[in-house]
Amino acid sequence: MRKNCPAQKEPGQTVPKCENSGMSTFSVAPILALETSCDETACAIYDGVRGLLAHSLHSQVKLHAEYGGVVPELASRDHVRRVLPLARAALAEAGLKPTELGGIAYTAGPGLIGALMVGGAAAAGLAEALGLPLIPVHHMEGHLLAPMLEPDPPAFPFVALLVSGGHTLLVDVQGVGRYRLLGESLDDAVGEAFDKTAKLLGLPYPGGPELARLAEGGVPGRFKFPRPMTDRPGLDFSFSGLKTAVLTALPKDADAQTKADLARGFEEAVTETLAIKCARALDETGHRRLVIAGGVGANRRLRARLQELAQRRGLGLYFPRPAFCTDNAAMIAYAGWARRADGRAAHDPLLTRARWPLTELSPPVL
Amino acid sequence: MKLLALDTATEACSVALWVDGALLERFELAGRDHTQRLPAMLHALMADAGLGYSQLDGLVCGLGPGSFAGVRIGVAYLQGLALAHGQPALGVSSLAMLAQGAIRACGAERVLAAIDARMDEVYCAAYGRDDAGLAVPLDEARVCRPERVPAQPGRWQAVGTGWGRYEAELRAATGADLSALDGQALPRAGDALRLAVPAFVSGAAGDAALLAPIYLRNRIALTLLEQAALRAKTPAA
Repeated sequence: MRKNCPAQKEPGQTVPKCENSGMSTFSVAPILALETSCDETACAIYDGVRGLLAHSLHSQVKLHAEYGGVVPELASRDHVRRVLPLARAALAEAGLKPTELGGIAYTAGPGLIGALMVGGAAAAGLAEALGLPLIPVHHMEGHLLAPMLEPDPPAFPFVALLVSGGHTLLVDVQGVGRYRLLGESLDDAVGEAFDKTAKLLGLPYPGGPELARLAEGGVPGRFKFPRPMTDRPGLDFSFSGLKTAVLTALPKDADAQTKADLARGFEEAVTETLAIKCARALDETGHRRLVIAGGVGANRRLRARLQELAQRRGLGLYFPRPAFCTDNAAMIAYAGWARRADGRAAHDPLLTRARWPLTELSPPVL
Repeated sequence: MKLLALDTATEACSVALWVDGALLERFELAGRDHTQRLPAMLHALMADAGLGYSQLDGLVCGLGPGSFAGVRIGVAYLQGLALAHGQPALGVSSLAMLAQGAIRACGAERVLAAIDARMDEVYCAAYGRDDAGLAVPLDEARVCRPERVPAQPGRWQAVGTGWGRYEAELRAATGADLSALDGQALPRAGDALRLAVPAFVSGAAGDAALLAPIYLRNRIALTLLEQAALRAKTPAA
């Protein structure tokens, strides 16, 4: 945030523009963001002065449960039904008219391309009609910056563990857009391993949270699974072998307790592996702050284990609230605000990318 | 009255403005690059007309049938436009746009419109023409294999890429006596405007949030129950 910018505005007045010594001009008015990268449709509004002004979300979990997984075409069909009502709800919650906005952000990738295009097109139409900049946001950067929405945000630099259904990354974060990849999963993402193992145990989709619930009643230590790739140096992960280990240990006629014990053993293996690699990443970088983000960041065991680690070492540990661990637009609105100087003209070709390595990002042009 | 229309449902991408009776249009073949072309085309059209978006009285959107992703790009974009200034909106079928195009181009009386739907199928519907020269549907639009298109005896004009690709099959299935055939015609936003103007005049336009893409093809994936039933029927080899 630029300190010499006029931040306050009177209702009905035009939004003050922030002059930046001739380099670029952008508004300090709120950013509205749309998120449609997978199976959640969401909208949020943020500005750097007042913080998060509104967020709305519709989860498609029930829609896809019938199919046992996300059906991309059905996800896109649902996004186009939800996006306008959710945007209206967010504006109403913030008490804002569209003309009071200062920019429109959207998740440009990575994600399901057809789904990304729905939010992107709606954002582009809104930005074009309002004459506002259009700000493409990297979904994982949104996750990475989500803890900034909390009352006690981390200072840079920090180590971030991004764990979701599609990603498992350890990142050295020096600032917005200054990311160095420390390690990643060579096969299944953590969330994917949770979901696949849940399926083996006969749990309904989406299995990850169900498996965590089942594990609560499991006896720790009855099943001891490997901690993959912790016996060698490096910060990469591999989780696909773990589900095979669970399958091998699963008796044909497993009773409920055995399944709970297996779930517990699996969860212990995953969370300990993640904790070991986080500790290594902190050693390697010398950073004193650890950020956990992404859907798996809502897992209680993982949180407890990393809290232990942080306490033992006297580190700062930062989580977004659970609702901002899973996909949401609040984090996209925050990242959109942080990158508002990177806004493009709404009539430029719309940027959407199914694949988009986090490390391709650079700091915002201020 | 000032109305804006856009259509991205097929390989064509078009935008059009109705400004108190005058019609401006831009049309391009976009393939699958609608997100790359639409924003600039629209921006240029508005600049040509010297209009701002807040001056528009209504918005018109091609709803398909066509490419699923293409239809959604248009609908979502239009919803974004509508959110900005709260204009009412109206959707128009791409088959009706084709029929209106045939009426405009050569005064067609009865039109069989068919769009190539890929996967060996066509989207198709039959249209007549009312006293005002507007296309009116004579049946329900459907998606089916070309040889399953219902019989349409009598004299017709045929239009659309469905006819371009499956002329022999469609001639055989419909038994239609064709006075003309344009197998390359694509929907145009200008024709959507021609169809939509009376609805705006009569106040029949509604909330853009209610615009629903016309997919016609609705069986997208098998549910878990259907997957299990299929497995039970076909034992693994």
